[in-house]
Amino acid sequence: MPAPPPNISVRNRRTSRLVNIGIPYFWLGLFFLLPFVIVLQISVAEPALAQPPYTALWQWVDEGLLRIEINLRNFMMVAQDDLYLSALLNSLQVAFICTLLCLLLGYPMAYAIATSPERWRIILLMLIVLPFWTSFLIRVYAWIGILKSNGLLNDLLLWSGLIDTPLAILHTQTAIYIGVVYSYLPFMILPLYANLTRLDLSLLEAAADLGCRPMRAFLRVTLPLSMAGIVAGSMLVFIPVVGEFVIPDLLGGPDSLMVGKLLWTEFFSNKDWPLASALAIMLLALLVVPFVMMQRLQQRMEGSRP
Amino acid sequence: MRRRRWPLLTVLAFGYAFLYVPILLLIIYSFNESRLVTVWTGFSTKWYVELFRNEQLLDAAWLSVRIAAVNATLAVVLGTLAANALVRHRNFRGRTGFELLLTAPLVMPDVIIGLSLLLLFVAMQETIGWPDGRGFTTITIAHVTFSMAYVAVVVRARLSQMDRSLEEAAMDLGARPLRVYLTITLPLIAPALLSGWLLAFTLSLDDLVIASFVAGPGSTTLPMVIYSSVRMGVSPQINALATIIVAVVTLAVVIAGISMRRGREAR
Repeated sequence: MPAPPPNISVRNRRTSRLVNIGIPYFWLGLFFLLPFVIVLQISVAEPALAQPPYTALWQWVDEGLLRIEINLRNFMMVAQDDLYLSALLNSLQVAFICTLLCLLLGYPMAYAIATSPERWRIILLMLIVLPFWTSFLIRVYAWIGILKSNGLLNDLLLWSGLIDTPLAILHTQTAIYIGVVYSYLPFMILPLYANLTRLDLSLLEAAADLGCRPMRAFLRVTLPLSMAGIVAGSMLVFIPVVGEFVIPDLLGGPDSLMVGKLLWTEFFSNKDWPLASALAIMLLALLVVPFVMMQRLQQRMEGSRP
Repeated sequence: MRRRRWPLLTVLAFGYAFLYVPILLLIIYSFNESRLVTVWTGFSTKWYVELFRNEQLLDAAWLSVRIAAVNATLAVVLGTLAANALVRHRNFRGRTGFELLLTAPLVMPDVIIGLSLLLLFVAMQETIGWPDGRGFTTITIAHVTFSMAYVAVVVRARLSQMDRSLEEAAMDLGARPLRVYLTITLPLIAPALLSGWLLAFTLSLDDLVIASFVAGPGSTTLPMVIYSSVRMGVSPQINALATIIVAVVTLAVVIAGISMRRGREAR
């Protein structure tokens, strides 16, 4: 770009940098990063009958002496009580199984959409996104009416003669699986679709020309090439599901405790803010690894893009 | 290359059925006369009448819509700035941290965002006296924090695909960068800004968990009302509400689709 005199362009560039980088950075630093520091601080405080309900981490005792109290009670409780540990493990299990189920259902769907005629694609894709624009809460609620013991699914199964007594599905782990796969399926399909449409189909043709069977071509060519989409979709499902609250609360039962619901209960019912904070820190620690994996992958894909 | 497609198409059909049957059932039973959602006793629109007489729900809906609109507008501004930063300033110090902060809200569980923001607001109120109490402002700030990340994704994709020759031509003719941005770049990325705005609006309207943490007494949003009524058990009024939402969304999508097609044909 030749025209503008250099001093103006340098000044403009500096202003642009300040505004474009500075403002969002400031906002996210204040309202996203700083809160975690406070959560960490409160996770080592003790609950107190006060407003707000926790003890101060540091206080000035007389003669300018600063006293700092760090209390690991909350982490000890989480580590020693089976309730918290099993909730953490169960959350990971639910997230893992649901990610797998989303992949098993989502991959063929994304593949079918990506290989369908061009004029169909946009409509098929729209139909995947559409439920996402309606209320998440209401879509989870829809399953209550379907899964409960005198619900529509049991009515159908009883009427068809497949079962004699109603199945208990609502308030079990199975209901959570169904609800999660139902709500998070679009998050799996969209990155997979984006990845599969960019795929170079001539490679598949080359494989076919060389006598490769379709299934083998899929396993050796398509699947490795779509790995980026698989990882992206899996992380978009796995990470938020570990901390999911609404689905285990509405569809799950006493045997299917998840950490998000436990955190909610500690906070709203037991008013134990420090313990809730400790749970949040544990949950964050669990999610760091998959998150860094996702971030790495994204940067690598950006680097390879022309 | 012809291959058998029926196994794929079967999965596709099953997938769409899985996504849409629950919604269809919700709609059908919103016209059911009985309070028991699963027993069909006859056609009736009485749940719609009750819905529109439900003051508490209407108030909450109005509050939610106002929060969603303010949130979407702020999120589009901040998200677009962030997208500019990522696309136009390729290398700056702290870029990795910037990207991290911008990606994390997309996947971070709601309970963590909600709890941490509430603790921040409480600490701020204690030290600097702001925000004074919790409600509209705190919910909006919380929503902007995660929805700006979604806007940034949408705007960034559009910005990086954009043809920059028009901008360069304007620069060559001596237009100032800000003027170029406002008169050339913004109109070119307008569709992305619109879809970003709508996305942020929907995300805000849909959020139960984060709002529950940072709301104060007297600021009950629509999802909170839906949640407490759903917890009581199945309620046909919620079915009626669902039907209205689905109708509005479908209408908006169809209109958007038609106008997009017209725009393409006109070109």
